[in-house]
Amino acid sequence: MKITISTVDEVMVLSVKGSIDSQTAPEFQTAILAQIETDNNLILDLRENEFISSAGLRVLLIVYRSSKITSGKLVLVGASEEIREVMHNTGFSKFFTFADTLEEGIKIIK
Amino acid sequence: MITDIRIDLSPTHEHQGIKYRRGTALPFGSSVLSGGGINFSVFSSTSIGCTLVLFEKNAPEPFAEIPFPDEFEIGDVYCMIVFGLDFDNLEYGYKMDGPFRPEEGHRFDKTKILSDPYSRALGGRDVWMADPNWDNIYPHRSRIIYQDFDWEGDHPLETPIEDLIIYEAHVRAFTKDKSSGVKAPGTFSAIREKIPHLKKLGINCIELMPIYEFDEWEHSKENPETGETLVNFWGYSTINFFAPKAGYAATGKFGMQVDELKTLIKDLHRNGIEVLLDVVFNHTAEGNERGPYISFRGLDNKVYYMLTPEGYYFNFSGTGNTLNCNHPRVRNMVLDCLRYWAAEFHIDGFRFDLAAILGRDQSGVPLNNPPLVESLAYDPILSSCKLIAEAWDAGGLYQVGSFPAYGRWGEWNGKYRDSIRKVLKSEKGLIGELSQRIQGSPDLYFYRGPTASINFITCHDGFTMMDMVSYNEKHNEANGEDNNDGANDNNSWNCGVEGPTDDPAINFLRRQQVKNALTILMVSQGVPMLLMGDEMGRTKHGNNNTYCHDNELNWLNWDLLEENADLFNYTQRIIQFRKAHPVLRSKEHFQHRDYKEVGLSDISFHGTSAWRPDWTDDSLVFAYMLSGDHAKGGTIKDDTLYIAINMYWDGLEFELPQVPGDKQWHIFANTSMPAGKDISEVGAEILLEDQHKIVIGGRSIVILVNK
Repeated sequence: MKITISTVDEVMVLSVKGSIDSQTAPEFQTAILAQIETDNNLILDLRENEFISSAGLRVLLIVYRSSKITSGKLVLVGASEEIREVMHNTGFSKFFTFADTLEEGIKIIK
Repeated sequence: MITDIRIDLSPTHEHQGIKYRRGTALPFGSSVLSGGGINFSVFSSTSIGCTLVLFEKNAPEPFAEIPFPDEFEIGDVYCMIVFGLDFDNLEYGYKMDGPFRPEEGHRFDKTKILSDPYSRALGGRDVWMADPNWDNIYPHRSRIIYQDFDWEGDHPLETPIEDLIIYEAHVRAFTKDKSSGVKAPGTFSAIREKIPHLKKLGINCIELMPIYEFDEWEHSKENPETGETLVNFWGYSTINFFAPKAGYAATGKFGMQVDELKTLIKDLHRNGIEVLLDVVFNHTAEGNERGPYISFRGLDNKVYYMLTPEGYYFNFSGTGNTLNCNHPRVRNMVLDCLRYWAAEFHIDGFRFDLAAILGRDQSGVPLNNPPLVESLAYDPILSSCKLIAEAWDAGGLYQVGSFPAYGRWGEWNGKYRDSIRKVLKSEKGLIGELSQRIQGSPDLYFYRGPTASINFITCHDGFTMMDMVSYNEKHNEANGEDNNDGANDNNSWNCGVEGPTDDPAINFLRRQQVKNALTILMVSQGVPMLLMGDEMGRTKHGNNNTYCHDNELNWLNWDLLEENADLFNYTQRIIQFRKAHPVLRSKEHFQHRDYKEVGLSDISFHGTSAWRPDWTDDSLVFAYMLSGDHAKGGTIKDDTLYIAINMYWDGLEFELPQVPGDKQWHIFANTSMPAGKDISEVGAEILLEDQHKIVIGGRSIVILVNK
């Protein structure tokens, strides 16, 4: 898993390449929570993400709970159909906003 | 300075590069510790050694085998904390060493890898009917799951049991057919998509046929006629009591069945629907002495199973073995299990398959005061759960009416089913019995009240309601047992022709009979249970034992909803009627007197002449009136209802009882009328022109409301 952080149109974008599983989830959690600390509006770019295991989904939920407290917004961009399905079936999807493209995601945050 | 390093969570041993230490005996099973280790704990009374076997997920061979050092044993419990494991990618099991002396009850085999009876998930049957690797050295593998879940304030609903309307469903059968139109057919997730249907129907409780992990491949064979594979579809054969069936989850292949099931339960609760589980604690999937080693038999055969003095398996369950429920250790496991489901899954109640076995002692003798049944009744975690017994077993113990209840156990009332079926086919000599059944069977449950009686006319065992009025005999050829399996005493009547027919009169009568059955079910005191699909005229083509079919015989055909729209409409409205009238949902038995001094007793019986019920052996008519002033023991005001059942072949004139006050009789339902005129909406009942008498068609039922 490789995490890159960038700013697009003044919106923070955290891009994940590879899989978020129990091995990489702690690193992912540290990176994303640190990001939320600085700006609670965030795009999680999953266009190059291969899979999120249940460990990864739990990190997302922790983020949701923390960003909700600080009334931020987390938008998931480019999540694959499979990830969306898993998130739907296990009840995780209701906590997040999904967007197909980065532009769309930015529009939602702004 | 305080550190977060705990001395009792530091490794003391190392084996093949893996660090570990002595663990804690409780809790049993595996638990992830905050310090990063995993505690493994398993008990075995007569073994002489145990080895923990660790696999990466789906790996053919283990990556480590760690024998428990002697000092890791506390009593009969082996416990160990292992460090540095990635539990998301882990499968584990045990090898247990001990004597193989079947005549003494011991069947240890240290070459077998055994799953943990307390594991919360099992790998190996992750996707329904996916071809297993038959050479797998460890086919059903214990896994560790994330226990956390965001319940968002959800809580078991604690609906008063007298208000419950149960819908018995099979997870896969409910949505597997493509006519269901769901995204992931046959799964927990798909049930969520069908919640609008359940709400429209009006039920407030879904009872799921077994969802504990089982092996659909168990005893699989070929259908001699079609070559199709026959499987264990129903799942009454448990492999593990703590693990939900992965193959029922769309996300089973990712090991997320626990999250998916919890999400379903949370959604059902949000929609006011309780969840009951059909649980099978009478036997396991390990069969008799020729069966496989999966878990229990290799861990502690003599403890887990009821054995004959010669060491063979007692077979009170009819499936090869009998779980030794009243052994103190097994009893504790059952209790731990139900507590887990109630606390962690927010399950609202349990229906115990062949529950009479729970009341047998270790040698099979029925107990007067069975400790397991008593423990469950008084358990603090289970105190709000519904406990329902299937009060018989395959060993001939029939306890309907006498199952030890401890003030709270309910029962599947098999006598209700049999009586009502006989009434529906116009058998004589049943009016007295019918009067008991519609009152919540006080003849059986005098001291327990009507809510002890789970009333049903159909369930997964036996004919569907439509088949009950279309077949005189079972037609089980497709099961591959020469039509020898399944019950013969169906008390069914085909209305003139065996099976499907083009005869409009017969088809009309069949629908009328289905409506009669639904009506009696919903206007009886006690707790009604509806079988999945009966609201839309589901057929299994006369097969009364479809346990082995993963096909259209079991899969609900959702096109029937349109085809039999009249039946759905009728079912929906008769359910609404029950919900609208508390007088139908009493917690206490009738007193047969006017304790509210309103000029009517709480219940009165009638015949074709008012106030004169015909109890004779030849009688086929029965009517009763429920006084609205006596609803729920006189605590609530309801309308007075009059229900008349005419099972004579021709129409008869019924004199109507006159009620004090100026209210009038309105007609709510008349099953002899064609669709559209058979039932009104609740509140829109039509005023009867003649307030003194009514002609009730042959084999039909009329409901009147005094308002």
